[in-house]
Amino acid sequence: MRADASPTRIDVALRRQLGAFRLDVAFAVPGGVTALFGPSGAGKTSIAHAIAGILAPSSGHVRIDGVTMFDGARGIDVPAHARGIGYVFQDARLFPHLTVERNLRFGLERSRGRPHYAAFAPVVELLALGPLLARRPRALSGGERQRVALGRALLGQPRLLILDEPLASLDEGRKGEILPYLTSLRDAYAVPMVYVSHTIDEVVRLATHVVLVAEGRVVATGPVHEIFSRADLRAHTGRRFEASSIVDATVVAHRPEWMLTEVALGDATLTVPAFEAAPGTRLRLRIRAREVALAHSEPVDSSIGGRLSGRIAEIVLRDGPYAEVLVDVGGASVWALVTRYSVDRMALAVGMPIWCLVKTVALDNRLVSPAPPG
Amino acid sequence: MLTPVEIEALRLSLYVATIATIASLPFAIALAYALARRRFPGHALLNAFVHMPLVLPPVVVGYFLLLMFGARGPIGHWLDATLGIRLIFTLKGAALASAVMSFPLMVRAIRLAIEAVDPGLEEAAQTLGARPVDTFRSVTLPLMLPGILSGAVVAFAAGLGEFGATITFVSNIEGETRTLPLAIFTATQTPGGEAVAGRLVAIAFGLAIAMLLASEALARRVERVIGRGPER
Repeated sequence: MRADASPTRIDVALRRQLGAFRLDVAFAVPGGVTALFGPSGAGKTSIAHAIAGILAPSSGHVRIDGVTMFDGARGIDVPAHARGIGYVFQDARLFPHLTVERNLRFGLERSRGRPHYAAFAPVVELLALGPLLARRPRALSGGERQRVALGRALLGQPRLLILDEPLASLDEGRKGEILPYLTSLRDAYAVPMVYVSHTIDEVVRLATHVVLVAEGRVVATGPVHEIFSRADLRAHTGRRFEASSIVDATVVAHRPEWMLTEVALGDATLTVPAFEAAPGTRLRLRIRAREVALAHSEPVDSSIGGRLSGRIAEIVLRDGPYAEVLVDVGGASVWALVTRYSVDRMALAVGMPIWCLVKTVALDNRLVSPAPPG
Repeated sequence: MLTPVEIEALRLSLYVATIATIASLPFAIALAYALARRRFPGHALLNAFVHMPLVLPPVVVGYFLLLMFGARGPIGHWLDATLGIRLIFTLKGAALASAVMSFPLMVRAIRLAIEAVDPGLEEAAQTLGARPVDTFRSVTLPLMLPGILSGAVVAFAAGLGEFGATITFVSNIEGETRTLPLAIFTATQTPGGEAVAGRLVAIAFGLAIAMLLASEALARRVERVIGRGPER
């Protein structure tokens, strides 16, 4: 048997009729952060509930790190309290009669029998919960509540952490506050996570793998880059103008005089607005296809800061005047949204050498984030 | 100040209401939980049975108590023969009558409180490793405390005033089963007893107002303890 670099850690197959809605999904993914991504009503939360054991599937199985939590055929159904699967609910669900500290310790006190990897003090520090410890949940803001819920679930020493749209109930500003906490939690602890979301930004920033869900079914499963780069999944991964490429790049140097950061993408160098990270740090960039232009020769006399040389891998004609061109730029793939007229005028063809042009200002900090480890 | 007769009536009433409330509380909590959170065959029937004392004339309830707990009743006979407990014509019997009469009120209040507890919090407790009993003890029970409190207060108040089932089941024995309402009734039946009745009625009034104030203060305190009331 061949040693697998990323063995399956989450193995799920579920079937269940919920009124007129039929859930029938199966996927297997390695650790890291797996996003359950799809529109509202696709069945994402039902899948998450079934994994955690608060919704019983009619058949299928749930295996985490080889431990069977549910197996319809073998009559195994481990109750939720014995699964060791942490759950961060959309609405936090903090216990109103307990202080923040007692909330945080609730799972910790009930986690005997599992290896302890998250100690109280470091988690409080990581999520900046110190000043909140003596308070009651009702005296917290929405963002603070979600941070406490996150800490509480993590301190339960779960073998899997499910985050069910933890940002959905927050306004835009609060989301921006919580996202960095999620990123540092992901990077500080090796616990596999399932992240339920219908927001592409969150998924791109956090996830390593994506399970694309629509109408109670799994449409596709794979690494984030792959899923969001596949033209055939566009209908599920975003509207035409949201089409993007996800690429991982390495910080090379900072240019403080210009407030820019240089990153290496394969052999090429891109500049992005200053991003605080040490040289060598892996960053994940989301490059919107509509922000990418194509040229036959390097436009050295233009203002464009990102010039990537590559070869055309695929041309997809779209509805209306649009066409998407996939360019292989040495280790990464970048989509460009251009007009069909341009494809014709430039006589673009698969295999042709081409320059991809990305404006630096198109890569603002909302589209740049630390890449997940591994 | 109060006369010995008045003190005796007050003491008996307080004793009856206290014993009735404390003894029926665990049963009321269990039953309210079952009715609120479980679905089982006979659910509707059990619900109807619990509510019987509320819709039946109290005298009828007293009559059934006589049948079941009387000296020759199946339960009354067994209690007397094995445990030496006599309920008929005794203060304990008065407490039983009060408990039965106020039971539906107590169950209703507690059931409403359980239904107001978000089941999502119980789910959250389970995903944090709490077993069902643990979940009930550490999440559900504290959150339904206001309901338990109001159920107990209502039952206590009803117990203080219970008349029909009590007089039918344990009669009206001075110093044994003559509680406050029975003493008032007796006074009104006695020639020249208007003054005595008036004083007893005043006592009943004072008791009711004191209880109301105490329960309000207690409720506020409980709300704050479980994190619902205003922060201090």
